[in-house]
Amino acid sequence: MHLQVSQVSKTFGEGRDSKLVLDDINFELVSGQFMALVGSSGSGKSTVMRLIAGLDRPSSGTIQLDGQPVRRPGSDRGMVFQKYSLYPWLTAAENVAFGMSLQGRPKPEIRERTAYFLDVVGLAEAGRRLPRELSGGMQQRVAIARALATEPKVLLLDEPFGALDLQIRESMQEFLHDLWRRTGLTALLITHDIEEALLLSGTVHIMAPRPGRIVHTVDVQLDRSDLRHLRVSQPFLEMREELASCLRGLDGALL
Amino acid sequence: MTWSPALRRSFSHPWVLGTLGILTVFLVWLIVTSSGTVDKLFLPSPGTVWEAGTNQFRGGILVNDAVASIRRVFLGFILSAGLALPIGIAMGTNRLICRFLEPLMALIRYMPAPAFIPLLIIYFGLEELPKVMLIFIGTFFFNTLMIMDSVKFVPHELVETALTLGGRGLPILTRVVAPYIAPQVLDTYRINMASAWNLVIVAELVAANEGLGKRISLAQRFLRTDEIFVGLIVIGLIGLMIDLGFRFLMRRACSWAN
Ligand SMILES: Nc1ncnc2c1ncn2[C@@H]1O[C@H](COP(=O)(O)OP(=O)(O)OP(=O)(O)O)[C@@H](O)[C@H]1O
Ligand SMILES: [Mg+2]
Repeated sequence: MHLQVSQVSKTFGEGRDSKLVLDDINFELVSGQFMALVGSSGSGKSTVMRLIAGLDRPSSGTIQLDGQPVRRPGSDRGMVFQKYSLYPWLTAAENVAFGMSLQGRPKPEIRERTAYFLDVVGLAEAGRRLPRELSGGMQQRVAIARALATEPKVLLLDEPFGALDLQIRESMQEFLHDLWRRTGLTALLITHDIEEALLLSGTVHIMAPRPGRIVHTVDVQLDRSDLRHLRVSQPFLEMREELASCLRGLDGALL
Repeated sequence: MTWSPALRRSFSHPWVLGTLGILTVFLVWLIVTSSGTVDKLFLPSPGTVWEAGTNQFRGGILVNDAVASIRRVFLGFILSAGLALPIGIAMGTNRLICRFLEPLMALIRYMPAPAFIPLLIIYFGLEELPKVMLIFIGTFFFNTLMIMDSVKFVPHELVETALTLGGRGLPILTRVVAPYIAPQVLDTYRINMASAWNLVIVAELVAANEGLGKRISLAQRFLRTDEIFVGLIVIGLIGLMIDLGFRFLMRRACSWAN
Protein backbone atom coordinates (compact mmCIF):
# COMPACT_ATOMS: atom_id res chain seq x y z
CA MET A 1 0.00 0.00 0.00
CA HIS A 2 1.33 3.36 -0.95
CA LEU A 3 -0.65 6.59 -0.71
CA GLN A 4 0.99 9.54 -2.38
CA VAL A 5 -0.31 13.09 -1.97
CA SER A 6 1.62 15.46 -4.25
CA GLN A 7 1.33 19.22 -4.59
CA VAL A 8 -2.34 19.15 -3.75
CA SER A 9 -4.19 22.41 -3.47
CA LYS A 10 -7.87 23.09 -3.13
CA THR A 11 -9.87 26.22 -3.82
CA PHE A 12 -13.53 26.54 -2.89
CA GLY A 13 -15.76 28.95 -4.77
CA GLU A 14 -15.07 30.92 -7.91
CA GLY A 15 -13.93 34.37 -8.93
CA ARG A 16 -13.80 36.98 -6.20
CA ASP A 17 -15.40 34.67 -3.65
CA SER A 18 -12.83 31.96 -4.17
CA LYS A 19 -10.91 30.78 -1.15
CA LEU A 20 -7.65 28.87 -1.12
CA VAL A 21 -8.17 26.23 1.52
CA LEU A 22 -5.20 23.94 0.86
CA ASP A 23 -1.87 25.03 -0.52
CA ASP A 24 0.73 22.55 -1.80
CA ILE A 25 0.15 19.56 0.46
CA ASN A 26 2.70 16.77 0.13
CA PHE A 27 3.09 13.55 2.07
CA GLU A 28 3.08 9.82 1.64
CA LEU A 29 1.77 6.97 3.68
CA VAL A 30 2.88 3.34 3.48
CA SER A 31 1.56 0.04 4.81
CA GLY A 32 1.40 -0.26 8.55
CA GLN A 33 2.09 3.41 9.12
CA PHE A 34 0.05 5.49 11.55
CA MET A 35 0.10 9.16 10.66
CA ALA A 36 -1.60 12.17 12.21
CA LEU A 37 -2.59 15.60 10.92
CA VAL A 38 -2.81 18.18 13.70
CA GLY A 39 -3.91 21.76 13.34
CA SER A 40 -6.29 24.39 14.56
CA SER A 41 -9.85 24.62 13.35
CA GLY A 42 -10.12 25.66 9.72
CA SER A 43 -6.62 24.54 8.76
CA GLY A 44 -8.06 22.21 6.15
CA LYS A 45 -7.56 18.84 7.83
CA SER A 46 -10.98 17.51 6.91
CA THR A 47 -10.56 18.79 3.38
CA VAL A 48 -7.34 16.76 2.98
CA MET A 49 -9.18 13.69 4.15
CA ARG A 50 -12.17 14.25 1.90
CA LEU A 51 -9.84 14.57 -1.08
CA ILE A 52 -8.14 11.29 -0.21
CA ALA A 53 -11.51 9.62 0.30
CA GLY A 54 -12.57 10.87 -3.14
CA LEU A 55 -15.55 12.81 -1.78
CA ASP A 56 -14.04 15.99 -3.28
CA ARG A 57 -11.55 16.58 -6.10
CA PRO A 58 -8.33 18.55 -5.67
CA SER A 59 -8.08 21.83 -7.62
CA SER A 60 -4.54 20.88 -8.58
CA GLY A 61 -2.02 18.19 -7.72
CA THR A 62 -2.52 14.46 -7.55
CA ILE A 63 -3.48 11.81 -5.05
CA GLN A 64 -2.47 8.28 -5.92
CA LEU A 65 -3.17 5.01 -4.20
CA ASP A 66 -0.79 2.27 -5.32
CA GLY A 67 -0.04 4.25 -8.45
CA GLN A 68 -3.69 4.74 -9.38
CA PRO A 69 -5.11 8.27 -9.21
CA VAL A 70 -8.01 8.67 -6.78
CA ARG A 71 -11.14 9.63 -8.74
CA ARG A 72 -14.10 8.63 -6.61
CA PRO A 73 -14.89 7.20 -3.19
CA GLY A 74 -14.32 3.50 -2.73
CA SER A 75 -14.01 0.89 -0.05
CA ASP A 76 -10.21 0.77 -0.40
CA ARG A 77 -10.21 3.99 1.65
CA GLY A 78 -12.38 3.46 4.71
CA MET A 79 -13.53 6.53 6.53
CA VAL A 80 -14.77 7.26 10.06
CA PHE A 81 -16.43 10.63 10.63
CA GLN A 82 -16.41 12.68 13.79
CA LYS A 83 -20.17 12.78 13.99
CA TYR A 84 -21.72 9.41 14.49
CA SER A 85 -22.59 8.09 11.11
CA LEU A 86 -24.15 4.77 12.00
CA TYR A 87 -27.41 3.96 10.25
CA PRO A 88 -29.95 4.46 13.03
CA TRP A 89 -32.36 1.82 11.69
CA LEU A 90 -29.73 -0.93 11.63
CA THR A 91 -28.41 -2.82 14.64
CA ALA A 92 -24.71 -2.70 15.47
CA ALA A 93 -24.16 -6.00 13.64
CA GLU A 94 -26.17 -4.87 10.61
CA ASN A 95 -24.15 -1.67 10.50
CA VAL A 96 -20.93 -3.68 10.45
CA ALA A 97 -22.36 -5.92 7.72
CA PHE A 98 -23.63 -2.96 5.67
CA GLY A 99 -20.42 -2.16 3.78
CA MET A 100 -19.68 -5.80 3.08
CA SER A 101 -23.11 -6.36 1.59
CA LEU A 102 -22.68 -3.24 -0.58
CA GLN A 103 -19.51 -4.93 -1.81
CA GLY A 104 -21.60 -7.96 -2.70
CA ARG A 105 -19.82 -10.46 -0.51
CA PRO A 106 -21.56 -13.80 0.03
CA LYS A 107 -23.89 -14.01 3.05
CA PRO A 108 -22.01 -16.65 5.10
CA GLU A 109 -18.80 -14.67 4.74
CA ILE A 110 -20.57 -11.49 5.86
CA ARG A 111 -21.97 -13.23 8.91
CA GLU A 112 -18.62 -14.62 9.88
CA ARG A 113 -16.72 -11.37 9.36
CA THR A 114 -19.38 -9.35 11.20
CA ALA A 115 -18.97 -11.51 14.26
CA TYR A 116 -15.21 -11.31 13.95
CA PHE A 117 -15.03 -7.52 13.67
CA LEU A 118 -17.57 -6.92 16.42
CA ASP A 119 -15.30 -9.05 18.56
CA VAL A 120 -12.22 -7.12 17.43
CA VAL A 121 -13.73 -3.86 18.70
CA GLY A 122 -14.94 -5.52 21.89
CA LEU A 123 -18.65 -5.41 21.10
CA ALA A 124 -19.42 -9.08 20.57
CA GLU A 125 -22.30 -8.81 23.04
CA ALA A 126 -23.80 -5.62 21.58
CA GLY A 127 -24.50 -6.81 18.04
CA ARG A 128 -28.26 -6.72 18.39
CA ARG A 129 -28.52 -3.23 19.80
CA LEU A 130 -29.59 -0.18 17.84
CA PRO A 131 -27.14 2.75 17.66
CA ARG A 132 -29.25 4.88 19.99
CA GLU A 133 -28.83 2.19 22.65
CA LEU A 134 -25.03 2.45 22.45
CA SER A 135 -22.77 4.99 24.14
CA GLY A 136 -20.81 7.45 22.00
CA GLY A 137 -17.61 5.43 22.37
CA MET A 138 -19.34 2.20 21.42
CA GLN A 139 -20.88 3.86 18.38
CA GLN A 140 -17.48 4.97 17.15
CA ARG A 141 -16.12 1.47 17.66
CA VAL A 142 -18.95 0.10 15.53
CA ALA A 143 -18.12 2.69 12.86
CA ILE A 144 -14.47 1.60 12.94
CA ALA A 145 -15.47 -2.07 12.73
CA ARG A 146 -17.75 -1.28 9.78
CA ALA A 147 -14.92 0.45 7.92
CA LEU A 148 -12.37 -2.29 8.73
CA ALA A 149 -14.73 -5.07 7.65
CA THR A 150 -14.59 -3.90 4.03
CA GLU A 151 -10.81 -4.40 4.07
CA PRO A 152 -9.67 -0.86 3.27
CA LYS A 153 -6.03 -0.33 2.39
CA VAL A 154 -6.03 2.76 4.55
CA LEU A 155 -8.32 3.89 7.36
CA LEU A 156 -9.15 7.61 7.41
CA LEU A 157 -10.18 8.86 10.84
CA ASP A 158 -11.54 12.42 11.03
CA GLU A 159 -11.49 13.38 14.72
CA PRO A 160 -13.11 10.08 15.60
CA PHE A 161 -13.03 10.79 19.33
CA GLY A 162 -13.68 14.53 19.15
CA ALA A 163 -17.18 14.27 20.54
CA LEU A 164 -16.32 11.95 23.43
CA ASP A 165 -15.56 13.01 26.98
CA LEU A 166 -12.04 12.78 28.31
CA GLN A 167 -12.10 9.41 30.07
CA ILE A 168 -13.75 7.55 27.21
CA ARG A 169 -11.41 9.35 24.86
CA GLU A 170 -8.37 7.96 26.65
CA SER A 171 -9.69 4.43 26.63
CA MET A 172 -10.57 4.80 22.94
CA GLN A 173 -7.01 5.92 22.23
CA GLU A 174 -5.73 2.81 23.95
CA PHE A 175 -8.23 0.74 21.99
CA LEU A 176 -7.11 2.23 18.68
CA HIS A 177 -3.44 1.74 19.47
CA ASP A 178 -4.09 -1.85 20.44
CA LEU A 179 -6.11 -2.38 17.26
CA TRP A 180 -3.27 -0.98 15.17
CA ARG A 181 -0.76 -3.30 16.82
CA ARG A 182 -2.94 -6.38 16.42
CA THR A 183 -4.17 -5.84 12.88
CA GLY A 184 -1.31 -3.87 11.35
CA LEU A 185 -3.74 -1.41 9.76
CA THR A 186 -2.62 1.73 8.00
CA ALA A 187 -4.22 4.88 9.33
CA LEU A 188 -4.42 8.61 8.84
CA LEU A 189 -5.77 10.34 11.93
CA ILE A 190 -7.04 13.89 12.15
CA THR A 191 -7.08 15.48 15.55
CA HIS A 192 -6.96 18.74 17.46
CA ASP A 193 -5.25 16.96 20.28
CA ILE A 194 -1.44 16.87 20.27
CA GLU A 195 -1.35 14.24 22.99
CA GLU A 196 -3.58 11.96 20.94
CA ALA A 197 -1.41 12.42 17.87
CA LEU A 198 1.86 11.72 19.69
CA LEU A 199 0.47 8.76 21.54
CA LEU A 200 -0.67 6.94 18.44
CA SER A 201 1.29 8.01 15.39
CA GLY A 202 4.77 7.49 14.02
CA THR A 203 4.57 10.71 12.01
CA VAL A 204 2.80 13.94 12.94
CA HIS A 205 2.17 16.73 10.46
CA ILE A 206 1.31 20.13 11.88
CA MET A 207 -1.00 22.19 9.70
CA ALA A 208 -1.49 25.96 9.70
CA PRO A 209 -4.59 27.75 8.42
CA ARG A 210 -5.23 30.41 5.76
CA PRO A 211 -4.25 28.79 3.52
CA GLY A 212 -4.11 25.26 4.93
CA ARG A 213 -0.59 23.91 4.67
CA ILE A 214 1.83 21.57 6.42
CA VAL A 215 4.32 23.66 8.35
CA HIS A 216 6.10 21.12 10.48
CA THR A 217 6.61 17.36 10.48
CA VAL A 218 7.89 15.24 13.34
CA ASP A 219 8.82 11.59 13.50
CA VAL A 220 7.82 10.20 16.83
CA GLN A 221 9.90 7.41 18.27
CA LEU A 222 8.59 6.51 21.67
CA ASP A 223 8.25 3.31 23.62
CA ARG A 224 4.53 2.55 23.30
CA SER A 225 4.41 -0.64 25.33
CA ASP A 226 2.40 1.12 28.05
CA LEU A 227 0.35 4.11 26.94
CA ARG A 228 -0.72 5.07 30.41
CA HIS A 229 2.88 5.31 31.46
CA LEU A 230 3.86 7.02 28.24
CA ARG A 231 1.38 9.85 28.80
CA VAL A 232 3.29 11.06 31.84
CA SER A 233 6.86 10.16 30.80
CA GLN A 234 9.46 12.88 30.42
CA PRO A 235 10.30 12.54 26.68
CA PHE A 236 6.61 12.46 25.83
CA LEU A 237 5.83 15.59 27.83
CA GLU A 238 8.79 17.40 26.25
CA MET A 239 7.65 16.57 22.75
CA ARG A 240 4.12 17.58 23.58
CA GLU A 241 5.32 20.92 24.88
CA GLU A 242 7.45 21.47 21.80
CA LEU A 243 4.52 20.85 19.43
CA ALA A 244 2.16 22.88 21.59
CA SER A 245 4.44 25.88 21.43
CA CYS A 246 4.77 25.39 17.68
CA LEU A 247 0.96 25.54 17.37
CA ARG A 248 0.80 28.52 19.71
CA GLY A 249 3.36 30.26 17.53
CA LEU A 250 1.10 29.75 14.51
CA ASP A 251 -1.87 31.19 16.32
CA GLY A 252 0.26 34.10 17.56
CA ALA A 253 1.34 34.87 14.01
CA LEU A 254 -2.31 35.26 13.08
CA LEU A 255 -3.15 37.85 15.70
CA MET B 1 -58.46 17.46 48.38
CA THR B 2 -55.30 15.41 47.97
CA TRP B 3 -54.67 13.40 44.83
CA SER B 4 -53.82 9.80 45.40
CA PRO B 5 -50.78 8.63 43.41
CA ALA B 6 -52.88 6.02 41.62
CA LEU B 7 -55.31 8.66 40.42
CA ARG B 8 -52.52 10.93 39.28
CA ARG B 9 -50.86 8.06 37.44
CA SER B 10 -54.04 7.17 35.61
CA PHE B 11 -54.41 10.82 34.58
CA SER B 12 -50.95 10.89 33.10
CA HIS B 13 -51.87 8.14 30.63
CA PRO B 14 -52.00 9.92 27.24
CA TRP B 15 -55.51 8.71 26.42
CA VAL B 16 -57.25 9.58 29.65
CA LEU B 17 -57.48 13.34 29.21
CA GLY B 18 -58.32 13.00 25.51
CA THR B 19 -61.25 10.73 26.27
CA LEU B 20 -62.30 13.12 29.02
CA GLY B 21 -62.34 15.98 26.52
CA ILE B 22 -64.64 14.10 24.18
CA LEU B 23 -66.88 13.03 27.05
CA THR B 24 -67.19 16.64 28.22
CA VAL B 25 -68.50 17.82 24.87
CA PHE B 26 -70.84 14.84 24.71
CA LEU B 27 -72.17 15.64 28.17
CA VAL B 28 -72.75 19.30 27.30
CA TRP B 29 -74.59 18.15 24.17
CA LEU B 30 -76.76 15.82 26.24
CA ILE B 31 -77.57 18.46 28.85
CA VAL B 32 -78.36 21.19 26.32
CA THR B 33 -80.68 18.98 24.26
CA SER B 34 -82.51 17.45 27.23
CA SER B 35 -83.08 20.87 28.80
CA GLY B 36 -85.11 21.77 25.74
CA THR B 37 -83.62 25.25 25.32
CA VAL B 38 -82.59 24.60 21.74
CA ASP B 39 -84.89 23.70 18.87
CA LYS B 40 -84.64 19.96 18.13
CA LEU B 41 -84.46 20.79 14.47
CA PHE B 42 -81.18 22.63 14.97
CA LEU B 43 -79.60 20.36 17.54
CA PRO B 44 -80.91 16.79 17.69
CA SER B 45 -80.32 14.86 20.90
CA PRO B 46 -77.68 12.10 21.08
CA GLY B 47 -80.54 9.63 21.27
CA THR B 48 -82.12 10.69 17.96
CA VAL B 49 -78.75 10.73 16.27
CA TRP B 50 -78.03 7.24 17.52
CA GLU B 51 -81.43 6.10 16.24
CA ALA B 52 -80.89 7.67 12.83
CA GLY B 53 -77.50 6.00 12.70
CA THR B 54 -78.76 2.54 13.59
CA ASN B 55 -81.58 2.93 11.07
CA GLN B 56 -79.15 3.77 8.31
CA PHE B 57 -76.92 0.95 9.39
CA ARG B 58 -79.73 -1.63 9.38
CA GLY B 59 -80.91 -0.47 5.99
CA GLY B 60 -77.37 -0.96 4.66
CA ILE B 61 -77.18 2.65 3.51
CA LEU B 62 -74.49 3.62 5.99
CA VAL B 63 -72.10 0.84 5.03
CA ASN B 64 -72.80 1.42 1.37
CA ASP B 65 -72.04 5.13 1.65
CA ALA B 66 -68.93 4.58 3.75
CA VAL B 67 -67.59 2.01 1.30
CA ALA B 68 -68.23 4.34 -1.65
CA SER B 69 -66.40 7.24 0.01
CA ILE B 70 -63.53 5.12 1.28
CA ARG B 71 -63.05 3.58 -2.16
CA ARG B 72 -62.73 6.99 -3.81
CA VAL B 73 -60.30 8.20 -1.17
CA PHE B 74 -58.14 5.11 -1.48
CA LEU B 75 -58.07 5.03 -5.27
CA GLY B 76 -57.20 8.71 -5.53
CA PHE B 77 -54.73 8.61 -2.71
CA ILE B 78 -52.91 5.46 -3.80
CA LEU B 79 -52.46 7.02 -7.22
CA SER B 80 -51.18 10.23 -5.65
CA ALA B 81 -48.90 8.55 -3.11
CA GLY B 82 -47.54 6.07 -5.63
CA LEU B 83 -46.58 8.76 -8.13
CA ALA B 84 -45.39 11.26 -5.53
CA LEU B 85 -42.82 8.83 -4.11
CA PRO B 86 -40.57 8.40 -7.19
CA ILE B 87 -41.06 11.98 -8.36
CA GLY B 88 -40.39 13.42 -4.89
CA ILE B 89 -37.25 11.30 -4.54
CA ALA B 90 -36.08 12.31 -8.02
CA MET B 91 -36.61 15.98 -7.17
CA GLY B 92 -34.82 15.59 -3.84
CA THR B 93 -31.77 13.91 -5.35
CA ASN B 94 -31.41 15.66 -8.69
CA ARG B 95 -31.01 19.41 -8.74
CA LEU B 96 -32.00 19.82 -12.38
CA ILE B 97 -35.25 17.89 -12.01
CA CYS B 98 -35.97 19.91 -8.88
CA ARG B 99 -35.40 23.25 -10.60
CA PHE B 100 -37.56 22.15 -13.49
CA LEU B 101 -40.56 20.97 -11.46
CA GLU B 102 -40.56 22.83 -8.17
CA PRO B 103 -41.92 26.22 -9.34
CA LEU B 104 -44.65 24.48 -11.33
CA MET B 105 -45.73 22.35 -8.40
CA ALA B 106 -45.52 25.21 -5.93
CA LEU B 107 -47.87 27.15 -8.21
CA ILE B 108 -50.45 24.40 -8.70
CA ARG B 109 -50.33 23.58 -5.01
CA TYR B 110 -51.87 26.96 -4.24
CA MET B 111 -54.80 26.44 -6.57
CA PRO B 112 -57.64 25.19 -4.34
CA ALA B 113 -58.51 21.69 -5.44
CA PRO B 114 -62.31 22.16 -5.17
CA ALA B 115 -62.00 24.86 -7.83
CA PHE B 116 -61.09 22.06 -10.24
CA ILE B 117 -64.44 20.31 -9.78
CA PRO B 118 -66.27 22.09 -12.64
CA LEU B 119 -63.42 21.34 -14.99
CA LEU B 120 -63.23 17.71 -13.89
CA ILE B 121 -66.96 17.28 -14.42
CA ILE B 122 -66.66 18.71 -17.94
CA TYR B 123 -63.72 16.40 -18.69
CA PHE B 124 -64.77 13.20 -16.97
CA GLY B 125 -68.53 13.44 -16.43
CA LEU B 126 -70.31 12.55 -13.23
CA GLU B 127 -68.96 9.08 -12.58
CA GLU B 128 -66.17 7.96 -10.29
CA LEU B 129 -63.25 9.32 -12.28
CA PRO B 130 -63.68 13.05 -11.52
CA LYS B 131 -63.87 12.34 -7.78
CA VAL B 132 -60.77 10.17 -7.83
CA MET B 133 -58.97 12.79 -9.90
CA LEU B 134 -59.96 15.53 -7.47
CA ILE B 135 -58.36 13.62 -4.62
CA PHE B 136 -55.31 13.05 -6.76
CA ILE B 137 -54.97 16.74 -7.67
CA GLY B 138 -55.59 17.83 -4.12
CA THR B 139 -52.90 15.66 -2.55
CA PHE B 140 -50.29 14.85 -5.22
CA PHE B 141 -48.43 18.16 -5.11
CA PHE B 142 -48.29 18.28 -1.33
CA ASN B 143 -47.14 14.67 -1.18
CA THR B 144 -44.44 15.25 -3.76
CA LEU B 145 -43.05 18.45 -2.28
CA MET B 146 -43.00 17.05 1.24
CA ILE B 147 -41.22 13.88 0.12
CA MET B 148 -38.73 16.02 -1.80
CA ASP B 149 -37.98 17.95 1.38
CA SER B 150 -37.45 14.82 3.42
CA VAL B 151 -34.93 13.58 0.83
CA LYS B 152 -33.06 16.88 0.95
CA PHE B 153 -32.63 16.52 4.70
CA VAL B 154 -30.96 13.11 4.61
CA PRO B 155 -27.67 13.76 6.51
CA HIS B 156 -24.66 13.99 4.20
CA GLU B 157 -22.62 11.81 6.51
CA LEU B 158 -24.92 8.84 5.97
CA VAL B 159 -24.65 9.07 2.19
CA GLU B 160 -20.92 9.75 2.23
CA THR B 161 -20.31 6.85 4.59
CA ALA B 162 -22.07 4.56 2.13
CA LEU B 163 -19.90 5.96 -0.66
CA THR B 164 -16.70 5.24 1.25
CA LEU B 165 -17.96 1.73 1.97
CA GLY B 166 -18.17 1.08 -1.75
CA GLY B 167 -21.79 2.09 -2.39
CA ARG B 168 -23.01 3.70 -5.61
CA GLY B 169 -26.22 5.27 -6.98
CA LEU B 170 -29.12 2.87 -6.76
CA PRO B 171 -28.05 0.87 -3.68
CA ILE B 172 -27.57 4.15 -1.81
CA LEU B 173 -31.07 5.19 -2.79
CA THR B 174 -32.69 1.96 -1.68
CA ARG B 175 -30.57 1.24 1.37
CA VAL B 176 -29.78 4.67 2.80
CA VAL B 177 -32.21 7.27 1.46
CA ALA B 178 -35.34 5.10 1.45
CA PRO B 179 -35.09 3.81 5.02
CA TYR B 180 -34.10 7.23 6.32
CA ILE B 181 -37.10 9.01 4.81
CA ALA B 182 -39.60 6.20 5.50
CA PRO B 183 -40.94 7.71 8.75
CA GLN B 184 -41.36 11.16 7.18
CA VAL B 185 -43.05 9.68 4.12
CA LEU B 186 -45.55 7.83 6.29
CA ASP B 187 -46.20 11.01 8.22
CA THR B 188 -46.65 12.97 4.99
CA TYR B 189 -49.22 10.43 3.86
CA ARG B 190 -50.97 10.58 7.20
CA ILE B 191 -51.28 14.36 7.08
CA ASN B 192 -52.38 14.56 3.43
CA MET B 193 -54.82 11.70 3.90
CA ALA B 194 -56.85 14.15 5.98
CA SER B 195 -57.24 16.50 3.03
CA ALA B 196 -58.10 13.58 0.73
CA TRP B 197 -60.90 12.82 3.12
CA ASN B 198 -62.04 16.45 3.06
CA LEU B 199 -62.06 16.49 -0.71
CA VAL B 200 -64.13 13.36 -1.17
CA ILE B 201 -66.90 14.91 0.88
CA VAL B 202 -66.72 18.13 -1.12
CA ALA B 203 -66.87 16.17 -4.38
CA GLU B 204 -69.87 14.21 -3.20
CA LEU B 205 -71.70 17.34 -2.09
CA VAL B 206 -71.51 18.53 -5.67
CA ALA B 207 -72.39 15.39 -7.56
CA ALA B 208 -72.77 11.77 -6.51
CA ASN B 209 -75.29 8.99 -6.14
CA GLU B 210 -73.87 7.60 -2.94
CA GLY B 211 -71.27 8.40 -0.32
CA LEU B 212 -71.16 10.01 3.09
CA GLY B 213 -71.01 13.51 1.62
CA LYS B 214 -73.95 12.77 -0.64
CA ARG B 215 -75.98 11.57 2.34
CA ILE B 216 -75.26 14.80 4.19
CA SER B 217 -76.42 17.00 1.33
CA LEU B 218 -79.60 14.91 0.95
CA ALA B 219 -80.26 15.20 4.67
CA GLN B 220 -79.95 18.97 4.38
CA ARG B 221 -82.67 19.04 1.73
CA PHE B 222 -85.08 17.28 4.10
CA LEU B 223 -83.91 19.21 7.20
CA ARG B 224 -82.72 15.94 8.77
CA THR B 225 -80.10 17.40 11.11
CA ASP B 226 -79.88 14.03 12.90
CA GLU B 227 -78.69 12.39 9.68
CA ILE B 228 -76.20 15.22 9.11
CA PHE B 229 -74.80 14.49 12.55
CA VAL B 230 -74.55 10.78 11.75
CA GLY B 231 -72.61 11.63 8.60
CA LEU B 232 -70.25 13.99 10.39
CA ILE B 233 -69.54 11.57 13.22
CA VAL B 234 -68.93 8.62 10.89
CA ILE B 235 -66.62 10.71 8.70
CA GLY B 236 -64.69 11.77 11.80
CA LEU B 237 -64.42 8.22 13.10
CA ILE B 238 -63.18 6.78 9.81
CA GLY B 239 -60.63 9.58 9.51
CA LEU B 240 -59.43 8.96 13.04
CA MET B 241 -59.09 5.26 12.31
CA ILE B 242 -56.98 5.89 9.22
CA ASP B 243 -54.81 8.29 11.23
CA LEU B 244 -54.30 5.72 13.97
CA GLY B 245 -53.55 3.10 11.32
CA PHE B 246 -50.72 5.23 9.94
CA ARG B 247 -49.38 5.88 13.43
CA PHE B 248 -49.45 2.18 14.19
CA LEU B 249 -47.65 1.39 10.94
CA MET B 250 -45.05 4.01 11.73
CA ARG B 251 -44.42 2.67 15.20
CA ARG B 252 -44.12 -0.83 13.81
CA ALA B 253 -41.98 -0.18 10.73
CA CYS B 254 -39.84 2.70 11.99
CA SER B 255 -39.37 2.02 15.67
CA TRP B 256 -35.82 3.38 15.40
CA ALA B 257 -37.16 6.88 14.72
CA ASN B 258 -39.08 7.27 17.98
N1 LIG C 1 -17.52 22.86 0.71
C1 LIG C 1 -16.88 23.96 1.13
N2 LIG C 1 -17.15 25.16 0.56
C2 LIG C 1 -16.53 26.29 0.97
N3 LIG C 1 -15.62 26.33 1.94
C3 LIG C 1 -15.29 25.18 2.56
C4 LIG C 1 -15.92 23.94 2.18
N4 LIG C 1 -15.41 22.97 2.96
C5 LIG C 1 -14.52 23.56 3.78
N5 LIG C 1 -14.43 24.89 3.54
C6 LIG C 1 -13.54 25.85 4.23
O1 LIG C 1 -12.26 25.32 4.23
C7 LIG C 1 -11.58 25.62 5.44
C8 LIG C 1 -11.02 24.34 6.01
O2 LIG C 1 -12.07 23.51 6.39
P1 LIG C 1 -11.83 22.07 7.03
O3 LIG C 1 -13.15 21.54 7.43
O4 LIG C 1 -11.01 21.25 6.12
O5 LIG C 1 -10.98 22.44 8.32
P2 LIG C 1 -10.58 21.53 9.54
O6 LIG C 1 -9.13 21.69 9.74
O7 LIG C 1 -11.08 20.15 9.36
O8 LIG C 1 -11.34 22.24 10.72
P3 LIG C 1 -12.01 21.57 12.01
O9 LIG C 1 -10.89 21.27 12.95
O10 LIG C 1 -12.88 22.66 12.54
O11 LIG C 1 -12.77 20.37 11.58
C9 LIG C 1 -12.59 26.30 6.33
O12 LIG C 1 -12.31 27.67 6.34
C10 LIG C 1 -13.91 26.03 5.68
O13 LIG C 1 -14.77 27.12 5.85
MG1 LIG D 1 -12.59 18.95 10.34
